[in-house]
Amino acid sequence: MESRFRVLFLVLPMIALTLSGCAATKSLFGRGDKSAPPPAELPQGQVIEPEVERRKVKEPKIDTEDFEIGAFVGVLSIEDFGSDFVYGARIAYHVTEGFFVEGTAGQTKAGLTSFEILSGGAPLLSDSDRQYTYYNLNLGYNILPGEVFIGEGRAYNNALYLIGGLGSTRFAGDDRFTVNFGVGYRFLFNDSVAFHFDFRDHLYDIDLLGEEKTTHNLEAHVGVTMFF
Amino acid sequence: MSERNITTILSTSRSIKSAFLTLLVVLTQAISAGVVQADEYKTVAVADPYLEMRTGPGRGYPIFHIIDRGETVQVLAQRTDWYKVRGPDGKEGWVDRAQMEQTLQPDGETTRFAQANQQDFTDAKWEAGLVAGDFGGANIISVYGGYSLNPNVSIEVWGSQILGNFSNGWMGSVNVVHETWPDWRISPFFTLGTGVIHTSPKSTIIQGEDRTDQIAHVGAGFRVYATRRFVLRAEYKSYVVFTSRDDNEEVEEWKAGFAFFF
Repeated sequence: MESRFRVLFLVLPMIALTLSGCAATKSLFGRGDKSAPPPAELPQGQVIEPEVERRKVKEPKIDTEDFEIGAFVGVLSIEDFGSDFVYGARIAYHVTEGFFVEGTAGQTKAGLTSFEILSGGAPLLSDSDRQYTYYNLNLGYNILPGEVFIGEGRAYNNALYLIGGLGSTRFAGDDRFTVNFGVGYRFLFNDSVAFHFDFRDHLYDIDLLGEEKTTHNLEAHVGVTMFF
Repeated sequence: MSERNITTILSTSRSIKSAFLTLLVVLTQAISAGVVQADEYKTVAVADPYLEMRTGPGRGYPIFHIIDRGETVQVLAQRTDWYKVRGPDGKEGWVDRAQMEQTLQPDGETTRFAQANQQDFTDAKWEAGLVAGDFGGANIISVYGGYSLNPNVSIEVWGSQILGNFSNGWMGSVNVVHETWPDWRISPFFTLGTGVIHTSPKSTIIQGEDRTDQIAHVGAGFRVYATRRFVLRAEYKSYVVFTSRDDNEEVEEWKAGFAFFF
């Protein structure tokens, strides 16, 4: 304990020392050279001052469309608790033509377990504890990009992607560390609107029914996204 | 279940609903913006013998059209390393960066289409990432955003969710990060920070109560330039939790993940 503090307080002055010695920190504290060059003198004997007005060229910026935002609806099957309607939103950033990162959040409501239906007894969970919300942060890879044809005259870009990541699920009154992976299909209606078909498996540990076990919660959804 | 849990869940569901609505508004605005903004595009002239237009933003898409030397194209959009251009005949297609680099601006200068490289890894101002790992035996998921004051020093804001067997919680912190050799591909860093941690025992645990405590930490790690805008990151942090009890708690954390700079 004490030694850890000693390390902490030793590291502090060390960093301060490195910072102060570091040339790059000059600009941090506003001590960099800022003196402007002296104004150019007019050449002697010049009578007419040339009035060349420079045409200002304002370069239009290129619109980057690396982000994708959208919503989805589908079915989520909660292990032991039946399947129900799920809806949510997603945002993705395309880092390269292959890789993208994605954040997803969704919500559904758990049904009754078979035991609850058969026994007709007291429910295992209160209504609010049946709310199932999740978020996850994923890394995806477009494994099969390409074109699909509808009829003779229409071609659409599409991609099959693998995706997986980490997140958290709130269900039965607790947040649970959740791993998810799956496969998705992106169909680009045009260069900025896409349709998604996704299959995911959400895995987390739960000890609600007596013993701790890993549950698989399968989700299938369709979504629409916009690139911007 | 405690009253607290019920209210939190209700509020979560409400916040998701409102997020959903906001998203719809953003979507409709994006659509209308796409319709309105059709005025000015960057125009470049083809200097190579020809410019190849593909049907999609990827190396595998077929080349369906070419534009000859001397003709001009409008750059409509960019997606990763691909540019959507419109030719003089109105045809639209995707051109890769290497070919766009060979085009000329109206003033005759070659066009610069900056590609992220290792120099940007050193110089980039902003960075955001996702890392996960072990926080004293519990799982931890963190997102962070960083701003570089200069190549050596940056400030990072972290948000983490901690998911353990007995308790859950979240943590927010502000760090100062110092990179001694920012130009190295594998760049080591030291970090120092402070923040707050909130822990609440799991609903199956009867005893215990919610706590919010201040934390301080020191740490060290590596940032590794992978490719383009991608950075891999691994780090160790040692936390001191300033509890209201007699002893402070110490927690060790190991994390790894990825980030991208922009």
